[in-house]
Amino acid sequence: MDVEDKVEDKIDGRLIRPFINATLNVLKTMAFTEALASEPYMKNKETANGDVSGVIGMTGDHNGSLSVSFPENIILAVVSNMFGEEMKVVDDEIRDAVGEITNMISGQARQELELVDVSLDAAIPTVISGKNHTIKHISSYPIVAVDFVVGEGEFSSEIKDKFTIEICLES
Amino acid sequence: MAKDSCILIVDDFPIMRGIIRRMLTKRFNLNNIIEADDGVAAWEILHQKKVDLIICDWNMPNMTGIALLKKVRADKNLARLPFVMVTAEGKKENVIEATKAGVTGFIVKPFTAKDLGKKLSIILQEEE
Repeated sequence: MDVEDKVEDKIDGRLIRPFINATLNVLKTMAFTEALASEPYMKNKETANGDVSGVIGMTGDHNGSLSVSFPENIILAVVSNMFGEEMKVVDDEIRDAVGEITNMISGQARQELELVDVSLDAAIPTVISGKNHTIKHISSYPIVAVDFVVGEGEFSSEIKDKFTIEICLES
Repeated sequence: MAKDSCILIVDDFPIMRGIIRRMLTKRFNLNNIIEADDGVAAWEILHQKKVDLIICDWNMPNMTGIALLKKVRADKNLARLPFVMVTAEGKKENVIEATKAGVTGFIVKPFTAKDLGKKLSIILQEEE
């Protein structure tokens, strides 16, 4: 797969938009954090664009997986906003939060997908952390990535970084 | 519902328990709150303490929220206990399954304090 591949040639855009909407909504609702989504692009690397990632498998009308990867500064700010208390280190609580955020994004996206008659079920999310860790999707399916630039929140006014979701779905 | 009513929050994610606890304390001035991290721990608590309302996650290890709901409804001493399911699983079939099992209210994550407040207001008024 080439990085110049066009998303629309590889996957139905109707499968991607619900994940973008869900990500924006989960961040806004649970962490009072506004984010700005990039245009979706094809990804061919296994390395995650972040320090902590949640990955959830999906089955149903399309099999695949969703990953959500946060750099340390962003996830600390997001969870601080969620909890109303400043979080300073990536610990089990932060890793649990990434799992829960991944779960909520998947749940809400799958709910929106039902409106276009796409039914997906999800497994329990797993969380991976560490610099330059890798995420294994099912390599034969296209992987679409979307970057999110995080705006201001109570604990995130200095954030100028981005986090990434990857959607790997059988087309 | 009286201010000293006992609320049991069941969720394997401690931050979510904290968020719900804070909403209950701030919005309803309810402070008698117990937490459990899965259905098994909740089931034990239900046999040790008098609980007035359960707010429970769906997906948890050991015993899921739906399994706990079914056990509660099958127990003659607990069958009428208000049970609110808070879950990321908002698919129609989940709502139907929970409704059939006798859930009192259903809240889909992500939710705002207003969403939770609205749902609980209805339930708490019905209980009065």
